[in-house]
Amino acid sequence: MIRVRQVSHRLGGRLVLDGLELDLAEHRIGVVGANGSGKSTFARLLNGLVVPDRGTVSVDDLDTRRNGAAVRRRVGFVFTDPDAQIVMPTVAEDVALSLRRHSLPAQERAARVADALAAVGLVGFDDRPSHLLSGGEKQLLALASVLVAQPDVLVCDEPTTLLDLRNTRRVLRILLGLPQRLVMVTHDLDTLEEFDRVLVFESGRVVVDAAPPEALAAYRALVG
Amino acid sequence: MATSMTARRQGFDPPGLFQPGDSVLHRLPAGWKLLGLAVLLTAVVVASSLAGVAIGAAAAVAGYGLARVGVRVAVAQVWPLRWFAVVLLALQWWLAGLERAVVSVGSLVVAVALAGLVTVTTRVSAMLATFATAVSPLRRVGVDPDRVALLLALGIRAVPLVAGLAAEVRQAHRARGLPLDPRTYGVPLVVRTLRRADGLGEAMTARGLDD
Repeated sequence: MIRVRQVSHRLGGRLVLDGLELDLAEHRIGVVGANGSGKSTFARLLNGLVVPDRGTVSVDDLDTRRNGAAVRRRVGFVFTDPDAQIVMPTVAEDVALSLRRHSLPAQERAARVADALAAVGLVGFDDRPSHLLSGGEKQLLALASVLVAQPDVLVCDEPTTLLDLRNTRRVLRILLGLPQRLVMVTHDLDTLEEFDRVLVFESGRVVVDAAPPEALAAYRALVG
Repeated sequence: MATSMTARRQGFDPPGLFQPGDSVLHRLPAGWKLLGLAVLLTAVVVASSLAGVAIGAAAAVAGYGLARVGVRVAVAQVWPLRWFAVVLLALQWWLAGLERAVVSVGSLVVAVALAGLVTVTTRVSAMLATFATAVSPLRRVGVDPDRVALLLALGIRAVPLVAGLAAEVRQAHRARGLPLDPRTYGVPLVVRTLRRADGLGEAMTARGLDD
C-alpha cells in the first residue's frame, strides 16, 4: 500500500503539489493531467525521487524521506526518455547494472538478467550495443533494467510519449501483462480504459479520483 | 547516435564496440589483456623505431586474427584516425624526416589498434570489475571502488550521448538555416548536456545505483 498524506511540494517557488491525500492499493492506477499539473512530480514521490516539502509518502509503511533506498527496492521507475536511463554499452550489462548493490552469485545474476530480458521480449539482445537500439527497444531495455530488481510496484512516467504507434502498443502490451502493480502517467486515454482507477491532476491537486469511465469523461470535459 | 550513424554509413561499426565471441582473447581475463596492452604499448614507445612499430603492428594483426572479429571490425578501430594520421605524417615528415614521421604515426595507429583489440574482445563490465579490483586498496582511505568504476562507466556512456546531442544541435542549426557560431552551438550543447546529466543522475537514483 502506498500512502500519501497531506503532501505539498514546491518547485522553483511554484506550488506543484497541493495537499494530496491518497491511498494507492489498486493493481493498475492511471494518472492524467495537463502539462505542469503536477503528475510527474507526483510519480517521483512514489519511489522517493522527490521528497515532499510537507507531508509524508510511505510504501508498505516505509517513509520515503527516511527509507529512500528500501522504497526504491520496492518501487521501480520507468522514465519517458530511455536514453536517460541506459548506462552500460550492451543490453545485458545495462540490465545487470541494476543488481550492482545485490549480493548474488554470478549464476543467479545471469538468470535474473535473462528473465528480465525475456519478460520484455528482448531474448537474444544480450550483446547488442544499447545505444544503437531503436526507441521502442530502448524503452523495453529500460523496463527490463527496472524489472530485474524485482520491484513490487512499477511507476511509469509517460513511457510511450517518445514512441511510434507500433512501439507504443508493444510497450503497453508488456506493461499491462506484468504481475507488478502499476502506476502510469500517460496522455493515452484509451489505454486507461483497462485500468482500475484513474487520478486526474489539475494545478497540483487530484480533481477526479474514480474508475476509468467516470474519470476519463470528467477529464475530457475538463480539457474541453 | 550521430557518430554511430556516420560510422555505419561508411560500412563500419563504431570503434570500441564489444564484439561477442569465444576466442582465446575473449576468454582471457580483462586484467591480463590490460596488462598485455600496457606492456606492448610501453615497448613500442620505448623502442621508438621502425622495428618496434613493425612488431607492434604484427602483434595487432595477429591479435585481430586470434580474436576472429573480422577485417571490417579491425579497420573500424583505426578508421577515425585517418585524416589526423595523414596530417600528422605530413607535419612530422616536414619537421623530422620520413623515418621519424612513420615511427610516430605508426606508433599511434598501433596503439589505437591494440587498445581497440582489447575493447572489442572485453565487456565493459569486465573491465570495470578489473578496475574496481585494482583500486580496491583505496578503500582504506575512504574511496568506494564500485563508485569509481560506476563513474568510469558513466564517462564511457557520455561519449555517444554527447556526440548525439552535438548532432542534434547541428541539425537544429541547419533546419533554421543558421551558421555554426561558437555561441549558438556551444550554449545549447552545454545546456542539453547538463540537462541530460541531471536526467541520468535521477535515473541512477531511481535504479538504486546511488543507494
